[in-house]
Amino acid sequence: MGFMERFVSKLGSHWGVHPDDRKRPAADAPVRRMPMPARLYVPLLQHIGTAARPTVLVGQQVLKGQPVAEPQGMVSAAIHAPTSGTVVAIGEIAAPHPSGLPLAAVTIEADGEDRWADLVGASDPFAIDPLEIGKRVARAGVVGMGGAAFPSAVKLTGSLRAKIATLIVNGGECEPYLSCDDRLMRDRAAEVVDGIRIALHATGARVALVGIEDNKPEAIAAMSRAAEAYGEIKVKPVPARYPMGSEKQLILTLTGREVPATGRPSDVGVLVHNVGTLVAVREAIRFGRPLVSRLITLNGGAMRAPGNIEVPIGALVEEVVAFANGFKEAPARLLMGGPMMGMQLPDLRVPVVKGTSGILALGAAEVAEREPAPCIRCGSCVRACPVGLLPLEMAHRIASADFSGAVGLGLKDCIACGCCAYVCPARIPLVQYFNHARGELAARERAKLRAEAARKLAAARAERIEREAREKAEAAARRKAERDAARKAAAPATTTEEATA
Amino acid sequence: MIAAILSLTLLGAALGLLLGIAGRYLAVEGNPLNAEVEALLPGTNCGQCGFPGCAGAAAAIIDNLAPATCCPPGGKAVAAAIAERIGLALDLSGVADQGPQIATVSEEICIGCCRCLKVCPTDAIVGAAKQIHNVLREACTGCAACIERCPTEAMSMRPVPVTLQHWVWPKPAFA
Amino acid sequence: MSQIRASDLIASPHAHDGGSVGLTMRRVMYALTPATLFGLWLYGWPAINLFLVTVASCLVFEFASQRLMGRRASLGDGSALLSGWLLALTLPPWAPWWIGVVGGLIAIVVGKQVFGGLGQNLFNPAMVARVALLVSFPVVMTQWVAPQPLTAPASPGFVAGMRITLTSPPLPDAIASASLLGHAKTELSRGVDLLHAFAAPGAPTPSAAGMRAGSLGEGAALLIVAGGLYLFFAGVIGWQIPVAVLAGIAVPAAIAHGIDPARHLGAAEHLLSGAALLGAFFIATDYVTSPNTAAGQLIFGLGVGLLTWIIRGWGGYPEGMAFAVLLMNALTPVIDRYVKPRILGRRRDGRELAPVQS
Repeated sequence: MGFMERFVSKLGSHWGVHPDDRKRPAADAPVRRMPMPARLYVPLLQHIGTAARPTVLVGQQVLKGQPVAEPQGMVSAAIHAPTSGTVVAIGEIAAPHPSGLPLAAVTIEADGEDRWADLVGASDPFAIDPLEIGKRVARAGVVGMGGAAFPSAVKLTGSLRAKIATLIVNGGECEPYLSCDDRLMRDRAAEVVDGIRIALHATGARVALVGIEDNKPEAIAAMSRAAEAYGEIKVKPVPARYPMGSEKQLILTLTGREVPATGRPSDVGVLVHNVGTLVAVREAIRFGRPLVSRLITLNGGAMRAPGNIEVPIGALVEEVVAFANGFKEAPARLLMGGPMMGMQLPDLRVPVVKGTSGILALGAAEVAEREPAPCIRCGSCVRACPVGLLPLEMAHRIASADFSGAVGLGLKDCIACGCCAYVCPARIPLVQYFNHARGELAARERAKLRAEAARKLAAARAERIEREAREKAEAAARRKAERDAARKAAAPATTTEEATA
Repeated sequence: MIAAILSLTLLGAALGLLLGIAGRYLAVEGNPLNAEVEALLPGTNCGQCGFPGCAGAAAAIIDNLAPATCCPPGGKAVAAAIAERIGLALDLSGVADQGPQIATVSEEICIGCCRCLKVCPTDAIVGAAKQIHNVLREACTGCAACIERCPTEAMSMRPVPVTLQHWVWPKPAFA
Repeated sequence: MSQIRASDLIASPHAHDGGSVGLTMRRVMYALTPATLFGLWLYGWPAINLFLVTVASCLVFEFASQRLMGRRASLGDGSALLSGWLLALTLPPWAPWWIGVVGGLIAIVVGKQVFGGLGQNLFNPAMVARVALLVSFPVVMTQWVAPQPLTAPASPGFVAGMRITLTSPPLPDAIASASLLGHAKTELSRGVDLLHAFAAPGAPTPSAAGMRAGSLGEGAALLIVAGGLYLFFAGVIGWQIPVAVLAGIAVPAAIAHGIDPARHLGAAEHLLSGAALLGAFFIATDYVTSPNTAAGQLIFGLGVGLLTWIIRGWGGYPEGMAFAVLLMNALTPVIDRYVKPRILGRRRDGRELAPVQS
């Protein structure tokens, strides 16, 4: 950054941080394709929402692209076999999550033929009804590939209903180290543009703005060339600043509109899709191919051969790393995703899922030391927060278990981008405080719902017991009355009629 | 001098009268907090706290006869909610909350005597005579009332397994 | 299936910009170094002695109180060193050794550790110590000396300097000098207006280079501003507090001087005398005791500046920076409570923005 820029940037109030992007040389290496591993562990929950329900049985033969699990509920996504082979188990695999807890998964043993199931494509996607496009995208199990993994079809059809005007294509990729979107835009710009046109058709949006951070000049050039022929698609370079790839920040930068705090982009007439997602949408519509593989970035100082690799969903991280010639030093930290929002991995035996954008093996020199000092209230976190929160005050309240105080300060508006902890000179794990508070609040909410249900059950039981007692008493009284009547009837026969009336 | 004494006496008398009237007309029957705290408790009247039902426990907590943490099925969450409501500083880190627990039936020991289902406050145990019983996971509050009733010790309390959706980030250990 | 031990669980982000508390403190010290060296040169050996005593006593008290509380000593973060350094810069350069020791005791023990240590104190430790010293030992704390550069023949040597620091003999008249603000206050109270007071021979004049009587490190205006600019460009401080403090002093001073030059000093005299610049760049900007938000910092800075000007003009002491800083420190929690940044997607009052239809 030049002297003047630095001066100007310090005068204004600017959100976000400028981490060293470390994208090269991985971003410049040609894409490699990983050979099909012998076994694939395909989790049933790879998206936000409800887990899919398996539709195959153990021992069943499946073809590549055949559904193995169907969506359940409103927000869910179908899961497909990433290769042809046999279902050998429907069990559990360690989740790519710091907890290392198990996740239900379909295990498929590859037969080595990698034979596709019968696929139905469309030579002219623009002749298909927009609603039908949504259905086909749902059938293909496409989810947001930028990391959040929200089912794409739900977004597409929702936007059609909300009559959005602008499609924003997220090529920001603001996380350091990651370059899979960059690579996709450089190598397959025409496909991305085709995907954008299909999404425009599916949502009824009039224009598409492609936001690409200006640290990716090759991608900007390739996309501009590919989009030249289409006036409705505009490539917009945006300043490289983390978290530019965050939905609300990108919308603000490109359109100047601010999404309401608890609202959705459609509230300001916008839909945001990641470039990878749009390529997956194109594959689903043009060729009927479901989402069974994706491009991921392998990077980090401990990785021997950093670069981008096309990997089948369900491949173990262990095998992906082995394919990329392994580690050159023992990694100090293993991550899935980028260094700002990625998750620590318990070990390498976890599957690649639809939302995996990268696997990072950070060397000792790249890992921030953890020796938290007391907060000196420097306010760095306040300046860095892209949402306008007071991270230090929130963490202070959470430290003393005052969760409602933290919510009052805007905990629920936090996007967990990590800018605050990135700049904290005291190295306080601010994001962990926020994660902890959110988990605790959710647990309390669940406990409250449970307690309410229990209270209702207890009340119903009390009522039942009372009713049974009453009915018993009534029945006893009736029997007694009958007995009395019978006795009376036995003595003077004249009163029989009265007693039975 | 006389004027000062007089005016102060009058002032005192007037204010005292006002207080007396207010005390009579603005009096609140019972402690309104009781109902609020009772609402926070599970409401199953399981009796694990040692007080007669949740209403009894609520009264005991407010009268400082029991800690806010006295409700085992409620666990940390209920304790925190109560402490917040009655303005009590509570150190939850010391509470031995093994997490939510539910009752389970060992199928090989159960003789189908139906005793446990009679005491379950939420009707969470299903079964018929001479049939193996089962616990409905969603309905069990973990009050453990059934444990004592089982003649064959087929009932036991087990922690609810932690799932990916329910996992909570631990609080940072330092600072 | 392996599990990460709870103590090894690390939430994102896994990257860091490399900053640390120690680095921040070191940068402030780098920024202070030129002005400090100039002050030490200007006032010679007694000033050097006082500086070392003050800094050392702060370190000793920090170490001792952390030991006493059974905490890990954290001298490495440099905060105690910096507190001592700042305190020394605001002391009369030839003050006796015990001023430094008592000052260190008050700054570290009363001003900081009693509150719970680094980050917990409500008031700026150095200013707490300075004000306590000023109120307790007003004579010693207002005894200024005319510049006696180390290189000048009149400057006391090492031994003579030791004698001054240890025994504090009465200052000869030739050396004792009034500060500009002190001179103005005395003359005004004698009924001499400022126009005449400063027209007299030997009256103090404002000096950007710092060749004037005053506290140890507050004089070298240009060097202090240079240090402040370094802090700004290094990202240690924002522009808000220094600009607001200086504006808070200069604007009312200029207006009042324009109306009645006989009773009020001008903006330049105010800015170049006393601890105005040192306070604006190095003392009011103390993280712990100033607000977190840009808007809050502007309010805080304006308050410090305005109070300084008011105390200088109407208070009992000629200099008011330390009092002003402490008063605004007390308001910092209130400012932080009411001045909050706007949350994205919400209005200032916290209500949500309305959807925009395209």
